[in-house]
Amino acid sequence: MGLLALFRRTPPSASVAKERLRIIVAQERSTRGGPDYLPLLRRELLEVIRKYVKVEPDAVKVNVEREDGREVLELSVSLPGKDG
Amino acid sequence: MTEIIVVTSGKGGVGKTTTSASLSCGLARKGKKVAVIDFDIGLRNLDLIMGCERRVVYDFVNVIQGDCTLKQALIKDKRLETLYILAASQTRDKDALTLEGVRKVFDELTGDGFDYIICDSPAGIEKGAHLAMYYADRAVVVVNPEVSSVRDSDRILGLLASKTARAEKGEGGVREHLLLTRYSPRRVAAGEMLSVADVKEILGIDVIGVIPESADVLTSSNAGTPVILNEDSEAAQAYADAVERLLGADLPMRFVDAPKKGFFARMFGG
Repeated sequence: MGLLALFRRTPPSASVAKERLRIIVAQERSTRGGPDYLPLLRRELLEVIRKYVKVEPDAVKVNVEREDGREVLELSVSLPGKDG
Repeated sequence: MTEIIVVTSGKGGVGKTTTSASLSCGLARKGKKVAVIDFDIGLRNLDLIMGCERRVVYDFVNVIQGDCTLKQALIKDKRLETLYILAASQTRDKDALTLEGVRKVFDELTGDGFDYIICDSPAGIEKGAHLAMYYADRAVVVVNPEVSSVRDSDRILGLLASKTARAEKGEGGVREHLLLTRYSPRRVAAGEMLSVADVKEILGIDVIGVIPESADVLTSSNAGTPVILNEDSEAAQAYADAVERLLGADLPMRFVDAPKKGFFARMFGG
């Protein structure tokens, strides 16, 4: 790393990789073990929501929870902030 | 007791066969009786890395289909007394290998007093990879510090936790270890490559070895000598450490720090 590199603004590529992996791995883990339609369901829900609200690509989370022998499909959508 | 270890990764070309060859040599060098099995049906390669390609007469599928005995198909290594290789079949029929067939071979190896069965998994998440991992007690997940490899490893970890005999029976699952290959401490220090700590944090499992990027891996495979036997090589020493850790030793990681640079080198690059 030379003198100029100390002043560069772009973050090192390894931290970009880490952040991208952190997000995609968490997303894939949340649908793992659940029914095969979960990823597609998530994508279609995202498309519908995006018709009305401008949300981030990872704003929709779907999750199947098993409790007391029954399954609960959990959906969560984070909306952008007021100034977002 | 026989321990079954699968060497797997999801992504191709990350060093599964190199790792299978070196770990099995390392365990045999410690006096363990080891069988290393190529599960890549149709794309046999372990024999080349082990340097025994001209001695393959019968293969894994021949044993399962009863064309020969297991003894006839096991190739005894010329360097290590207690090491045996079972080659993959070159057939294009992927259904030639079955769970029952694999179980039968493992039972016979167990009966013959093998300490370790190392299963060299094919890439991907299809049938071959499933068969290689199904009966495993432990898994060595080979990963490059690179985005697609890390993501694929996570997929494999998901399968290990659900599609294996240990997971299905609720026997506490398969013990999982990460093994990083092609690691460049210099690039990690420059912020260009994910570090051991990054990969460990993302995947959430323990690291059993870090193999530095090394020209010796290619020269060893050219010669058909597993790199661990090339003792001057850093890659060999890193694999030897991984073998010790598999056997329960607690060793610090070597070859993970970049050589320290002087003040001028740091300020003005180099």
